[in-house]
Amino acid sequence: MSFRAFTAIIKRDVKMAMRSFGDGLTLVLFFIMIGVIIPFAVGPNKVLLATIAPGVVWMAAFLSSLLAIDRFFRADFEDGSLLAMRHASISLSTIAFAKLIALWLTTILPLIFATPMLAMMLNMDYELFFRTILSLLVGTPALIAFGGIGAAITVSLKRGGLIAPVLILPLSIPILIFGISAIKTNAGVGVENTAVLFLLGISMLAMVFAPFAIALALKLDQE
Amino acid sequence: MMDFNSAIDLGPHATFIIISYLGVALVSFGLILGTILNSKHQKKRLADLEAKGIRRKSDK
Amino acid sequence: MKKYSPPKNINKSQTVKEMNWFDKLAHPGQFLKWSKYLILPLSLITIALFGIGLWFAFFNSPEDYQMGDTVRIMYIHVPNAWLSQFVYMAMAVSAIGTLVWRHPMADVSMKVAAPLGAAFTALALFTGSLWGRPTWGTYWEWDGRMTATLILLFMYLGLVALWRSFDDQLRAAKLIAVLTLVGAINIPIIKFSVDWWNTLHQPSIISAEGLSMPASIYTPLLVMMLAFTFLFVTLHLVGMRTEILKRKADALIRKSVSQTGNKGVGK
Repeated sequence: MSFRAFTAIIKRDVKMAMRSFGDGLTLVLFFIMIGVIIPFAVGPNKVLLATIAPGVVWMAAFLSSLLAIDRFFRADFEDGSLLAMRHASISLSTIAFAKLIALWLTTILPLIFATPMLAMMLNMDYELFFRTILSLLVGTPALIAFGGIGAAITVSLKRGGLIAPVLILPLSIPILIFGISAIKTNAGVGVENTAVLFLLGISMLAMVFAPFAIALALKLDQE
Repeated sequence: MMDFNSAIDLGPHATFIIISYLGVALVSFGLILGTILNSKHQKKRLADLEAKGIRRKSDK
Repeated sequence: MKKYSPPKNINKSQTVKEMNWFDKLAHPGQFLKWSKYLILPLSLITIALFGIGLWFAFFNSPEDYQMGDTVRIMYIHVPNAWLSQFVYMAMAVSAIGTLVWRHPMADVSMKVAAPLGAAFTALALFTGSLWGRPTWGTYWEWDGRMTATLILLFMYLGLVALWRSFDDQLRAAKLIAVLTLVGAINIPIIKFSVDWWNTLHQPSIISAEGLSMPASIYTPLLVMMLAFTFLFVTLHLVGMRTEILKRKADALIRKSVSQTGNKGVGK
């Protein structure tokens, strides 16, 4: 029963995101555009581009997820669904968990599908490309989890979209560090794999604890 | 007793030492001044409200 | 209209004598009364400590055999670096007070500490870069400590900005308490990741850690750390008093507006 409620929330959020398809498309466009802008900034030197490619892809994913933060709970807050969810058969933290999963599916997954385009433009080789995909898959759940906390805290602010990124950016720096190191380092053999493990650890911890922080913030906000 | 002149000689990096101390002094005094002014301001607000006859029941 | 009834432990009908000692100390009105007598002693101790510390720092301590005279920057850098962590710790404890005991004094403590912490952290970075220039040959080095301190500064500034974006300060306190604790859990992770990243890219960085410190340097350092800590405690106390007065004044203004408003409609 409660698992069905859980999947129902994911389905609902994914469906709602499909309905506002434009938003998701904007995010993907933004993601790709950052990759297109970088060669203009540093010059079309292929060797240089391949060197900075891991950083560029992560920065693009990072900035896109910051852009998406404001949408996290705003619609549910404004139409009162959030208030109704407090009386659901499952706990608010479970709902928050379901919503985080739905968010990942609707905002990050499209970006990962768009990554091949960036890989081509930034002159990545196959190994680099696969490592990038792996790193994004492992690291972005933490990004979404932190974003969810920022969104929950600022949901009642009219200009929350402006302040939430500033709040969660410093907290997300470990994700960036390990995310980029997981793709490529010149420090030696095995460092990438260590970074992937750290990234996995942060993602798992964040996905476990963030729902509680989000539920707490949403509850306190409505008192 | 230390020799005053030798103590005040800060070596080749005197500028860095003096600037860092000045900066810290400036910000610290700024914090102190801000705290005092803010305290004065809030006390004055309360006194003005009191003068207008607006006060808490328990304070009467 | 529903009448507002305050929570039990700050109920005015309950006389101060009936409260236990902690409630008595922590009741905002009582706090204003007893903290008044602490301001002067605290200020005097702070001034005395700064006097002693500065005298030691400039007239009664040798130059370090490795750092030379730039060791004197350490006497103000280390205390500020210590405060940058200590103030966050104080905020995290207050955040627990806000979330668990719902205590208004914990809210006030958190709010006043944030800008102070930001200022001390900024000073730690400022003095650190001025020490780094003659020692490392650069104002900014991406070493673990400085980078983590910079991230901490951003966290402080974010909290200050968040306090300012809320109109309802009671709601703000609860939400900011959540963020403060999330930040507190993250600080060790940030520290670890930055250190790891640093050793990855600059394996041969000179760090201040390896330097041995003789007693002649310890004494001024400890006195200055105490002095800065007392400076923070004094400013925090006075700031908390001011914030309570501000909330009192704000509440009186709201009340008088709503009363005159009611009269206009009712009669």
